[in-house]
Amino acid sequence: MPRTTAIATRELSKTYKDVKALDNVTLDLEPDRIYGLLGRNGAGKTTLMSILTGQNYADQGTAEIFGHAPFEHDPTLSRICFIRESQKYPDDFKVHQAFESAALFFENWDDDLAQELVEAFALPIKRRIKKLSRGQLSAVGVIIGMASRADITFFDEPYLGLDAVARQIFYDRLVEDFAEYPRTIVLSSHLIDEVANLLEHVIVIDKGQIVIDSDAEELRGTAVTVTGDTAKVQEFIGTAQVLHRDALGALASVTIKAKLDADQREQAKLMGLDLSPVSLQQLVVRSALSGSTAQRTEERTEARK
Amino acid sequence: MIDDSKPIFMQIAELIENDIISGVLAEEAQVPSTNEFAAFYRINPATAAKGINRLVEDGLLYKKRGIGMFVTKGAPQRLRAQRREKFQQQFIAPLTAEASKLGIGVDELVAMIKTGSES
Repeated sequence: MPRTTAIATRELSKTYKDVKALDNVTLDLEPDRIYGLLGRNGAGKTTLMSILTGQNYADQGTAEIFGHAPFEHDPTLSRICFIRESQKYPDDFKVHQAFESAALFFENWDDDLAQELVEAFALPIKRRIKKLSRGQLSAVGVIIGMASRADITFFDEPYLGLDAVARQIFYDRLVEDFAEYPRTIVLSSHLIDEVANLLEHVIVIDKGQIVIDSDAEELRGTAVTVTGDTAKVQEFIGTAQVLHRDALGALASVTIKAKLDADQREQAKLMGLDLSPVSLQQLVVRSALSGSTAQRTEERTEARK
Repeated sequence: MIDDSKPIFMQIAELIENDIISGVLAEEAQVPSTNEFAAFYRINPATAAKGINRLVEDGLLYKKRGIGMFVTKGAPQRLRAQRREKFQQQFIAPLTAEASKLGIGVDELVAMIKTGSES
């Protein structure tokens, strides 16, 4: 049975001065799935989400949410919750007032869930929002995003200042709540390894263009790293597409785009080569970005660990 | 538990298969729900469902409408038979390959296995 597409864009473009923030973006997002919107800073993720939530407009192309252009269309906007990386609230608001206004706006608001999350994040609800720490502010956004149970929820890097424990609480509760109340969730994140297993579908954007739009499970296992004697590695990989290459003396470590079958794995073993899996994060970094840029991103990721 | 080597739904299917072979999930026992698997392994519920459905297609699990998933009668025996078939390729072949690399002959290998299984 065909279902209404949750989000549909056609040749969406947006230019800021001389920077192409979005370049011909065509996407279809199905309802009731968790999407990962991945890419580097400035790749166009936030611009895309702003347009989809009616907070910005495109220069060219169309964007529809459940069949309607979202811009100034209240019935559509009430079905969307957008949690920005640096979400702003009225200055003198206390935490509980932010929740009370969200409860008025979102008809599916679940107050019990909000209370549970307040306890899980140990959030002081009587405190003024401007007095909160960075992590507590992020927790407010996460709670509003989850308790609103909007038909489409955008989380734009919602974890700033949240420690590893708090982020795990977020992911765990998201899976649990999504299982019980399926809805469309678009999660934009740099911490790809942390969210990889939660995603059903992965969209990677780079320089305003969509470079990967694929089922997460189909991406998994589509690349492998072959390590061993340089000549033997070369013999084994043949003409496969190389995503990344490292060399250390006579040793080579080459990541190729290939799905190996049991015979090929056996052959690699007989040739004395090591095969290692490639994580979604590595795959995204290596297939989305070319040459030196990919390497720099990878180094930054390593440095952050 | 879950790694990057292959699709997660295949790993979920294998984890359940292992539990059926080892008897953790007995014949006719109820299998945890899709959502329970998703929460436990911190994975997308659709992915967990795909893994379970694969075992349903293979006839190792069956659905009771409105109640849940159960282990099919005879599933452990069938799985064991399948694993035995793969045993040669998965375990014996790499073992003999490594042994010949190290100059360990068949007789010596047999002796080592005997000693190993006694301890």
